[in-house]
Amino acid sequence: MSDSTRMVLHAFAALADLGEEIAETSDFEEMVRSALHVVLGTMGIRRGAVAEFDRGTGVLRFVASRGFGDTHPAEVNLPRKSREGANGNGNGDGSAPYAHALQDYALVEHEIHERFHEAGVEVVTPLVVRGELVGVILLGGKASGVAFTQEDRELARALGRHVGVGLHNHRLLREVERRAEENQKLYETMKGSYKDTVRAFAAAIDCKDKYTQGHSERVGKYSEIIAREMGWGDEEVEAIAIGGYLHDVGKLVVDRDIINAPYRIDAKQSSELNRHPAAGYEILRPIQHPFADIPLMARYHHERPDGRGYPEGLKDEEIPPGAKIVSLADSFDAMTTDRPYRRRRTFDEVVADFRRNSGKQFSPQVVVALCRALLKEARGETRPRQMMRLLGRDYVPEHTLPALEQLIADLESGAHLTTAQASGPA
Amino acid sequence: MSEPLAEPTTAQAVVDVAVVYAGDYVNKMSGQRIERECLTRMERGCRALVINFQDTELVNSIGVSILLGVIDAAEQSGTRLAFSNVSVHTLKLFELLGLTRLVVLADSEEAALATLEEFSATPPGH
Ligand SMILES: [Fe+2]
Repeated sequence: MSDSTRMVLHAFAALADLGEEIAETSDFEEMVRSALHVVLGTMGIRRGAVAEFDRGTGVLRFVASRGFGDTHPAEVNLPRKSREGANGNGNGDGSAPYAHALQDYALVEHEIHERFHEAGVEVVTPLVVRGELVGVILLGGKASGVAFTQEDRELARALGRHVGVGLHNHRLLREVERRAEENQKLYETMKGSYKDTVRAFAAAIDCKDKYTQGHSERVGKYSEIIAREMGWGDEEVEAIAIGGYLHDVGKLVVDRDIINAPYRIDAKQSSELNRHPAAGYEILRPIQHPFADIPLMARYHHERPDGRGYPEGLKDEEIPPGAKIVSLADSFDAMTTDRPYRRRRTFDEVVADFRRNSGKQFSPQVVVALCRALLKEARGETRPRQMMRLLGRDYVPEHTLPALEQLIADLESGAHLTTAQASGPA
Repeated sequence: MSEPLAEPTTAQAVVDVAVVYAGDYVNKMSGQRIERECLTRMERGCRALVINFQDTELVNSIGVSILLGVIDAAEQSGTRLAFSNVSVHTLKLFELLGLTRLVVLADSEEAALATLEEFSATPPGH
């Protein structure tokens, strides 16, 4: 085998090694170190370095270096002159990328050569990808003592193209990561301000109804707990909490006197009040919510599985799951807070109401989820005890727990249907 | 990748010589192992080193670069370095790439040790 054949084979193998290193090494600096090894080992060079070029700042940053010790700086600022030269348009406005390759990169090459000549650098190979300078490879003399040939320079360029692509891809990846991070932050900020707006809305709704202070917020909380108990994902749970906050937003268009009437309202007033789900839907519909079903939760939170709800009298399976949850959370809060014309119910009464109305006013699966969550909190199995905090520590007494457990068992087996049907419509 | 350091023979220990075995394929992984072993020996004061290539069939570009780094480190620490048992094919490559100009070459480990012992008897600067 002739010497030149041997060298060509070595160089071919090196190209394969280089491709492998660039493709398979996930750590950027490790990848560049290996690439430098390949270049040096292909030509038998003892000193060399790879630097990446930051187009924005004009700084060359050394990523890998061998054989120079501490004799070169970590970064080199490329003077404006050669940057403009490399820019090709010479107007220095940075508008065009580093185009017009050959003669302009010769400027960069020359500049670096001047600076590093004393350190023993003999060849400078600019790394250019799609007309853009992404870095340089600096090479010291060959260990053989033989001067660089034209073939050596070509080989350095050929290897350099791969290294350049490696640098370029890494740069793109960093850019994508940076943008993704920025977008995430932006999204979090927007979500934050959306939530603040929602809370402000909820506060406005509750302000209008002086007897139900904090009602919207509690319905949001209960809805969230029920949904989580039903195995909903984080996003959906977040959505239903917002649905809960906003379910009564339509009350903003209902006459304040009707909402605040300290007595039972008449039929006319009632139909006025019953406009609020549809009005809420109209208010929420034009808003771009991060979650899809929120307007529907407002619209259907007074629907009932038995079809006797309003505004549309939908039947069980026609009611969106979110609306069923908000509906129960709404009723549960109404039962468990004092109103101007009545005191709140005892927990025994609430359990009895759930039993009587499951399958009629409430979806049994949703009732089961709420009961399970209550049972877990009452037994101290979940921390923090969010519902107990809202209801008061002693609201669910120990002696009511067997009835709660029985209700869960009956609802799950469908046994409540016979009892409920036997007792007839309430 | 945590092969123990090659134990020096009695003779090696007397004159502070160490032998490192290169393995069958000198690439990035095995090259780094060789480099680590050599640097550790130098740090411990060893001033004569033999890298034995008896099993080596192939040295790739990264392997060559790492060996050049070992040569650099040896020069800097004043350590005499010998390559022994290099196959014809690898020897040719080392010649073309200039490595053979920088190290003592020996046909066998014993010959390499003998050359380095000679050297160690008259350390530089004495
Ligand atoms: Fe409502």
